[in-house]
Amino acid sequence: MDTAYLIETVIKIVILLLVFSALAGFGTYFERKVLAFMQRRLGPMHVGPYSLLQIAADGVKLFTKEDIVPQNVVGPIFKIAPVITAATAFMAAAAIPFMPSFTIFGYEVHPIISDINVGILYILGVMAIGLYGPLLGGMASANKWSLISAARAASVFISYEVVSGLSLLAPIMMVGSLSLIDFNNYQAAGVGSWMIWSQPVAFVLFVIAAFAETGRTPFHLIANDHEIIDGFGTEYSGMRWGLFFIGEYANMFFISFVIALIFLGGFGDGSVGGALALLGKVSFIFFFFLWTRAAWPDVRPDQLMWLCWKVLMPIAVVNIVITGIVMMF
Amino acid sequence: MSFEKFKDRNVGEDGYYMVDIEDYPETGWGKFKQVASRSLKGELFVGLWVVLREMFKFDIHTVQYPKEKLPIGPRYRAVHKMLRLFESGTERCIGCGLCEKICISDCIRMDTKYDENSRKEVTEYSINLGRCIFCGYCAEVCPELAIVHGGRYENASEQRAHFVEFEDMLTPIDALKAGQQEEFPGFGAIIPGSDKSVKKTPLAY
Repeated sequence: MDTAYLIETVIKIVILLLVFSALAGFGTYFERKVLAFMQRRLGPMHVGPYSLLQIAADGVKLFTKEDIVPQNVVGPIFKIAPVITAATAFMAAAAIPFMPSFTIFGYEVHPIISDINVGILYILGVMAIGLYGPLLGGMASANKWSLISAARAASVFISYEVVSGLSLLAPIMMVGSLSLIDFNNYQAAGVGSWMIWSQPVAFVLFVIAAFAETGRTPFHLIANDHEIIDGFGTEYSGMRWGLFFIGEYANMFFISFVIALIFLGGFGDGSVGGALALLGKVSFIFFFFLWTRAAWPDVRPDQLMWLCWKVLMPIAVVNIVITGIVMMF
Repeated sequence: MSFEKFKDRNVGEDGYYMVDIEDYPETGWGKFKQVASRSLKGELFVGLWVVLREMFKFDIHTVQYPKEKLPIGPRYRAVHKMLRLFESGTERCIGCGLCEKICISDCIRMDTKYDENSRKEVTEYSINLGRCIFCGYCAEVCPELAIVHGGRYENASEQRAHFVEFEDMLTPIDALKAGQQEEFPGFGAIIPGSDKSVKKTPLAY
């Protein structure tokens, strides 16, 4: 391991952390604005022009708020839970290629922190660990709402994880690799070679699982504001709650990247246009996350479990079998 | 028309119809069919389309309250106003004390004296807005249309003494000269066309 590689990796990690922490903040602004416009409201309007500086105001609020650890909570677990959510969200990003590789000052940069050979498996696994945040935070909070939320986190987790894994198995079989760069190169020939055309069922299943994974609205069960206050976040305040928030939004961005890379062609042939196209796809998927929140109602936890185990999992298995048969002949 | 029409409280009889709701599915297969039909019929995309259409229409209904205010009805009874005579600019209040007398929450207090023209002059006039129930009796009883209710409903204040002095409620003389005092069309104001209903007092008896 030479020094240049080490420096490059550290710089990439720092940039990723900074960019996506900021994006998480901007994502909340974007979400509030989009939801407001869809509901004929204006949304935040007062901090700066069109409240563009809302991130700064929210950041100052979160950082300066008192850090309360309530009575009767299990202190160490209560304190570590938000860190788990935020850290695993960013750890998952290590195997995601955010851009095609480019050359700067004669030095070739690969905008992926580590192109490990188990890429997508690692991403799904680490994102799954992120569920420990709500689970532990909810159980340690000494609050009934949080406890319900923790139970829901466990039930949601065992439901969607099997679907996301099985739905991705068919694309993995077609590509023959777990690295997202290989996924991208498989679809580099153009729009016609995108995985969404050859694996539409897997695409729909994975998007549904992604909604469950990030806890977005059709499956907004774990931190369901209107049923169980904020679920696991009820007892949290200040920056600990902010870490949950950053983790959730960073997760949304990363899963958008994963969907775009696996099913929607990623950055294509690696040109500048391809990189911009990837950003466009990710923006659209992120917008779709917000869009559904304005349009669709929530399902109940038992409905989600029923959906995942009795409907989506059989479909995923059938999809794998059909893919295998087609590939065999 | 008989009273029967008004006594009939059963308003749900005519013009209402039952919404057609399918029976809840009992079996697993029924539930699956319901999910499949709801997923594949495109109902979800109808919802997506509706909110997207509203977003592009940008038909925003927000009132940015401290900057924008909705018009308030003329009969709304907010903080009182004291009006001036349009011609001379003197205050309309003649110090008759009727408002003080009629006030059912006893929140109006006034003192009067005779000035050098032997005209009654109001020396002290205050309304305790903490007690005022904004019933509008004072405006209704006032024979000179001097005290009326305004539309200023923002009566949160740092000081109890705010809003209650006669001078605060009185139309400023420069505002009157600028033609900003409007005859109050609301509570306590004369009914439109009331001139016609005025009759001479019969002096026959």
